Amino acid sequence: MAEQKKGYFHIIREKYCKGCGICIAFCPKQLLVLKNGKVFPERPEICIGCHMCEYRCPDFAIEVKPIVEETNNSADVEGLDYSLPPEAHHA
Amino acid sequence: MAEVLDYFRKERLPSIWCPGCGHGTVTGALIRAIDKLGLDKNNIVMVSGIGCSSRAVGYLDFDTLHTTHGRAIAFATGVKLAKPNLKVIVMTGDGDCAAIGGNHFIHAARRNIDITTIVMNNNIYGMTSGQYSPTTPHGMLGTTAPYGNVEYAFDLCELAKAAGATYVARATSYHVTLLEELIEKALQNKGFSVVEAMTQCPTYFGRKNKIGGAVELLNWIKDGTINVKAAAALPPEKREGKILIGELHRSERPEYTASYLEMTSKVQRTYNDYKGGNRGCELNSD
Repeated sequence: MAEQKKGYFHIIREKYCKGCGICIAFCPKQLLVLKNGKVFPERPEICIGCHMCEYRCPDFAIEVKPIVEETNNSADVEGLDYSLPPEAHHA
Repeated sequence: MAEVLDYFRKERLPSIWCPGCGHGTVTGALIRAIDKLGLDKNNIVMVSGIGCSSRAVGYLDFDTLHTTHGRAIAFATGVKLAKPNLKVIVMTGDGDCAAIGGNHFIHAARRNIDITTIVMNNNIYGMTSGQYSPTTPHGMLGTTAPYGNVEYAFDLCELAKAAGATYVARATSYHVTLLEELIEKALQNKGFSVVEAMTQCPTYFGRKNKIGGAVELLNWIKDGTINVKAAAALPPEKREGKILIGELHRSERPEYTASYLEMTSKVQRTYNDYKGGNRGCELNSD
């Protein structure tokens, strides 16, 4: 397993947001707030990823994405694993 | 899965819709349904008429046609007959579809032509400042109904069903996942498919009727609707006055463009193999 879900993050397009408050009212965890007339994720760490804010937003201003973290951080573009001794690749 | 915004003309966003208008929600659900089905952008034609809801095609990156008031389905019929391999989707409003374009709507349903129609029903003429429409519920207020609407509303789904549409469903902008699912099924149906999407108009409907803003209207829609599967198990007094949502009708009937092409090729064959006689049109021949 190379990828693991580590919670969610929110993409806010402030240019599109009109501050109607639909996402804020229908978020089951109440984690969104209105800041200067635009939506702002105040506690993104408690997001459960139900996407209800994203689906109900009439202006495509909010998007929820899972935070994906590589478990094998040492792998580079060539697929070489530097945690292993170099001889291991020539075995 | 492609990004939802890839289907939009991003330079035209943000939309001109009022804050809290439900039309964007329905457009988003349609885009996600198209994305899920993996349909090719270049094989889709979006047709719309006039009204708030019909602005949607201006923001979408398909081949789009913004036509005259009420004639969206008439134009769509032309597109479909000229190029039957294209997927034709009509985005229309309640005033556009039920009032001025009512005739085109019932006749497209009668023909069972392969068009997917999404009717965004916000119960009012929003663009022209809130006159009552054929779908304004009895007793509700509008700019031209200051003492309450005397008329009774159309049930667009029953109308489509009676006229012969082969797929009829209703969802709301509150029930977004259901809406997406129903649009997906409607796109797959070969024949005239109608999805009525009930949306909120906070600027006119909500304000005139003192319901409130977008959130209060969405709650009002939620309280006034009931899923057709849940309603089947409930006693009639509990579902009285509620609007049914979900898949309401599905049937099988020959599709119009297919029947038309079949007839054309049959006539052409008869004509090409002509060896004298009356070419099979006895009643018409002189």
